[in-house]
Amino acid sequence: MSEQEKGAAKAVVAEKPVLLRGEPWMDILWALFCPGCQIPVVARIIAESFEELGIGDRAIMVGCVGCTGILIASFNIDRVSPAHGRGPDAATALKRIHPEAIVFTVQGDGDCIAIGAGSLIGALTRGEKITVIMVNNTNYGTTGGQMAPTTLLGQVTSTSPKGRTSAAEGYPVHTAEMVATFKGVAYSARGSLHTPAEYRRTKKYVKTAFQRQQEGVGFGFVEILTACPVNWHLTPVKALEWIGKDVIREFPLGEFKNVTSIE
Amino acid sequence: MADRFLAEGNEAVGWGAISAGCNCFFGYPITPQNEIIELFARELPKRGGVFVQAQCETATINMLYGAAAAGVRAMTSTSSPGWALMQEGMSDIASANLPCVVVLVQRVGPGVQRVEHAQMDYHSVTKGGIGGFKNIVLAPASVQETHDLMQLAFYVADKYRHPVVVVTDGLMGHVVEPLELKKLNFGPLPDKDWAVTGEGRHKDGKYREIGPSYHPLKDGTYLAYLEAFNRKYEAMESEVRYEEYRTEDAELILVAYGYCGRVAAEVVNMAREQGLQAGLLRLITLWPFPSKLIAGKAERGCRFLAVEDCMGGLMVDDVRMAVCGKSEVHLADIRFRHSPAEDGMILPGRVLEEVRRLL
Repeated sequence: MSEQEKGAAKAVVAEKPVLLRGEPWMDILWALFCPGCQIPVVARIIAESFEELGIGDRAIMVGCVGCTGILIASFNIDRVSPAHGRGPDAATALKRIHPEAIVFTVQGDGDCIAIGAGSLIGALTRGEKITVIMVNNTNYGTTGGQMAPTTLLGQVTSTSPKGRTSAAEGYPVHTAEMVATFKGVAYSARGSLHTPAEYRRTKKYVKTAFQRQQEGVGFGFVEILTACPVNWHLTPVKALEWIGKDVIREFPLGEFKNVTSIE
Repeated sequence: MADRFLAEGNEAVGWGAISAGCNCFFGYPITPQNEIIELFARELPKRGGVFVQAQCETATINMLYGAAAAGVRAMTSTSSPGWALMQEGMSDIASANLPCVVVLVQRVGPGVQRVEHAQMDYHSVTKGGIGGFKNIVLAPASVQETHDLMQLAFYVADKYRHPVVVVTDGLMGHVVEPLELKKLNFGPLPDKDWAVTGEGRHKDGKYREIGPSYHPLKDGTYLAYLEAFNRKYEAMESEVRYEEYRTEDAELILVAYGYCGRVAAEVVNMAREQGLQAGLLRLITLWPFPSKLIAGKAERGCRFLAVEDCMGGLMVDDVRMAVCGKSEVHLADIRFRHSPAEDGMILPGRVLEEVRRLL
């Protein structure tokens, strides 16, 4: 790690953004995340993006079920927590009723592309002007590390004890690429948080996705790869190394669609 | 549009909702309720409202969750299979204290089967709640009453911050009768200052959170939470509504709802002409159920005949529980239809024979 990267890493762990400073009980929430979990980093990226875009007071956050669902209670903005996987449905209604609000969901990979796949595709088909942030940690975290649609081939989980095989469980789902194929989508990207450089790039993706909603262009989607050291049975450092080596080989990083108007 | 015109029951659902200020509808096509979503698709955009055709009923109920969280009057409608898909969402809406209206136009079951009318979802609407929630259930028996009860539904939903179900069936949905549009006033309601708006901090300087209503980090124990929730249900029991017809001196009281309520009224008229002392208790709320009323009549020696269009009886269970063995409870169910086909209906003739047999 270069000196510059170390400096950036230090900035990342500095003071909490204003949007994450709520009532005192909210601080307890941060203790619910496992050591090395990067979901709180996603919270930080969203909160910083909102502050920089000046949209924090116009936001409605839609939460989910699972580890990522813990995030919602930590935000100091208007927020709604519907059933597992149904964020895009609730967000659809909220955005149609309050078109001036910035409506977004934060969902885990299981919530977004397993149980909630129909809701995601419904919202994509209708071209809803909402933003979906999908946290991809390649497994079901809260329930104890079961296989998800995003689990890598060969990856051992509690429900793929010999490693995921394509013959029995199919291939990992590439959500950001799939989202980009829908006409009503303004923006789709996949970022990672395993280095400070990727953190900065991912934050740019998140900001652009929200900007496209602000401009009224269309659906915005960012998939964020995060470490789940406890369920991966790796140390936090090894978990980041695994993302940099194997996970991004399966899930390439970058923008898959970025348009400023949809005809 | 004239204030008085011919309409079918499904259209009356829409007009009643619009009269109640409902400006937000989420739907998915399913027979026999398609006229409801078609009416909203036509009428809401004209009025600056929100109409969304969703990808399934799981979506409509969660869109309704979002809309109710935004504090607007919103609804969805469906038929029996779609109602089954909505159950998780219904429970979440109840848990989050969100007021909204769901219309169930019942059809034959079990399972997908066919699309003709029936009354087979009674237990599901009155007792089916996952996690033990309850909701007020209104059951109209005419086009006009459908329109009027839709307005009451939105009112009681807001009053208790709770979902309300309006239950009809394929027959009530398609019967054509005169409808008079009128706005009903049930009284003042508190502001919805709990709703999310995305317009910055609320009056109290805080933001709003809508979700599962028990919050272990903020609230007391789970038991205390449940007790508070239960007090809401106890208060809702005062909303019990029914119509008594010629029951003062009745020896046999027919109990029915929806279209069977109208059939039973005709049976009572025919029985009275023959000097038989029959009466009718027509349920307007399926929950709360008029148990005390029935118990009182049972103690005075009244006997009961439940008339409902399902196999083996569902509503009859509530009658039996209220009577509690103190009197006789009989049943005229789907076997009293005029035809064994799926489109048969219970007509007065065969029920009258049963009344004659019992009296």
